[in-house]
Amino acid sequence: MLATSPAFKENAVHALAEPGLQKALARTKPHFHAKRANAVAALPEFEQLRDIGRNIKNHTLAHLDFYLETWEENVKRAGGQVHWCATAEDARAAVLAICQKAGARTVTKGKSMISEEIALNEHLERHDITPVETDLGEYILQIRNESPSHIIAPAFHLNREDWEESFRHAHTDLPADRVFHERRDIMTEARTELRARFLAADVGITGANFLIAETGSSVIVTNEGNGDLTQTLPRVHIVLASIEKLVPTIEDTISLLRLLARSATGQDFSVYTTFSTGVRRADDLDGPAEYHVVLLDNGRSAMLGSPFQEMLRCIRCAACMNHCPVYSVVGGHAYGWVYPGPMGAVLTPTLIGIDQAGNLPNASTFCGKCESVCPMKIPLPKMMRHWREREFERHLSPQAVRTNLALWGFVARRPGLYRLVTRIGAAALGWLGRRRGRLSRLPLASGWTKGRDLPTPEGETFFVRYARAQRRGRGAA
Amino acid sequence: MSGRDFILSTIRRNLRRGPLPEDQAAMLRGRLQSHPRQLIPARSRLPRPEQVALFIANVEKEFGSVARLADLAAVPGAVADYLAQHNLPPAIVMAPHPELRAIPWSDRPLLRLHEGRAEGSDQVSLQHGFAAIAETGTLMLPAGPERPTTINLLADTALVFLRASRVVGAYEEAWDLLRAERHDALTGGFMPRNVMLVTGPSRTADIEQTLELGAHGPRRLHILLLDDDEAARTAA
Repeated sequence: MLATSPAFKENAVHALAEPGLQKALARTKPHFHAKRANAVAALPEFEQLRDIGRNIKNHTLAHLDFYLETWEENVKRAGGQVHWCATAEDARAAVLAICQKAGARTVTKGKSMISEEIALNEHLERHDITPVETDLGEYILQIRNESPSHIIAPAFHLNREDWEESFRHAHTDLPADRVFHERRDIMTEARTELRARFLAADVGITGANFLIAETGSSVIVTNEGNGDLTQTLPRVHIVLASIEKLVPTIEDTISLLRLLARSATGQDFSVYTTFSTGVRRADDLDGPAEYHVVLLDNGRSAMLGSPFQEMLRCIRCAACMNHCPVYSVVGGHAYGWVYPGPMGAVLTPTLIGIDQAGNLPNASTFCGKCESVCPMKIPLPKMMRHWREREFERHLSPQAVRTNLALWGFVARRPGLYRLVTRIGAAALGWLGRRRGRLSRLPLASGWTKGRDLPTPEGETFFVRYARAQRRGRGAA
Repeated sequence: MSGRDFILSTIRRNLRRGPLPEDQAAMLRGRLQSHPRQLIPARSRLPRPEQVALFIANVEKEFGSVARLADLAAVPGAVADYLAQHNLPPAIVMAPHPELRAIPWSDRPLLRLHEGRAEGSDQVSLQHGFAAIAETGTLMLPAGPERPTTINLLADTALVFLRASRVVGAYEEAWDLLRAERHDALTGGFMPRNVMLVTGPSRTADIEQTLELGAHGPRRLHILLLDDDEAARTAA
């Protein structure tokens, strides 16, 4: 997928002016907020579980080599194969080789962000293999040739009319004048179309929410059941997973599962949580004869020991983007690559480079909401700050930003000067806005005043008031 | 360098060490063998009757339904009634499980049952529930020759037979049953090829964040709960 992250600012402007997207955002945000809040409130141990989850992932990352090797042994024991892939290119090649060896013509796919990350569909199509997305949201995006705008609700940005239009366009075998009375009719049509694809596919590709070292299992979590049909019906099952999905034991996995659905959709538990371990057993009546895990690194091992190591705890629940004030007005496409929102602002620069993705860690108000809802307690704002520092160090920030930062730095390091400047500034602004208490225009600040008024300071600076309060406090004591 | 060597060596370099020393590896192997439990939420720590009631309440909250049955003889009638109520044909694909065979089906000669895996054309399936978890109203369905995975997925209406004695509080307790009771010939461990934890019927909210049941899996999930647990029955 070609990154448009360098154009984040233009993307955001475009997104703000798009009525369909704004309608979808207005509908989605309160939905996710309320559902998560209710689910968390119903589990008094949620905060304790967050600490436990963080500790499990920290423990695993500190011994990741050991757990990967143990997991691999157990995958092999269950008749599966592991394909270790350092890069996206290696992973694409590994998937293609398995599909070609299986003589595959069509491949069904469960939802996988790794598949988006390595741009798998385009690669398969180039080699005459037809990938079929089966998650309802991913399915319509494939029809529309769009990318996901959210990591768990990929097509949330579409409205009902978009669905109807796309389905009429894609399902030409059905009567053109059919009526979609309810949303259910849209879903039923997709179910019927996809059922035939599930049954005909030669290979099924899924992602993985977790890989379990103890048993060599991969775990997927879905509500639709599409992932299960994808991995159960074809002769070959390929799991796409990145190295940080490792978890030591089933008990550890359960603790993380208690956090995942609540943080993501606000469900207590997803409808289908499925553990897959190797190939169909000798007397089983169904299940795949081949089980492959394409294990992707793509820059993640380099995050260990770096200021970004903690990002590897992420379990892709999307709570951070659901609660982000920036994401909730510009949506996911503005971020310009696979992973949007706060987690994307941290992860994308590590995967495609800070030179490409420098805008993303800057697209934050640092309100801290993302960190406060993250089930893995990932310090997202801190890591965005690290990226800003790196961007500055590498002279990638725009000149205007650098000049202003340098100016601010000069003043801030001289307390006397700082007090003087802020006192003059506060007084001047206060005088300018003395009648209305706010300014609708200000030189050099049109970026702010174009969209809203600037409230003006009321007389004194914080320092002056603080000093006076201190003096008064001492007098009273 | 192979992908495997590259990944493992990069991990070790960045963790600033070589392969894990043997004493530490032994400690980690010990942790895998003892697979310690983490925190178990208090919500399922209940006396038996309330635990089963919590399971039922959670299934219903997730849009499933439950019929409590006094004995095996009540099962065929309950199945026939449910199918008639929902205007479904009396044809069922049934998991080839001995406990399902032991149900006196001949009491309801109109029910047509065939054993095996499910196909795309099957409308109603009957699965055998290995265990169930009260915490969230979740069924545990491990695959095996007696419990095909397709039975959980392909039919529009999924029926599951479950003994109340197999309802536990937390997920960990269901996994303990699986660890204790199942042996996998291929790996020498306990894990079957597939274990599904199922909580309610299939659904999606992909269209305008509005919940619709029956996305790709069953639209209906109906549990036939056999009250075989004296302790669970008393307060019911």
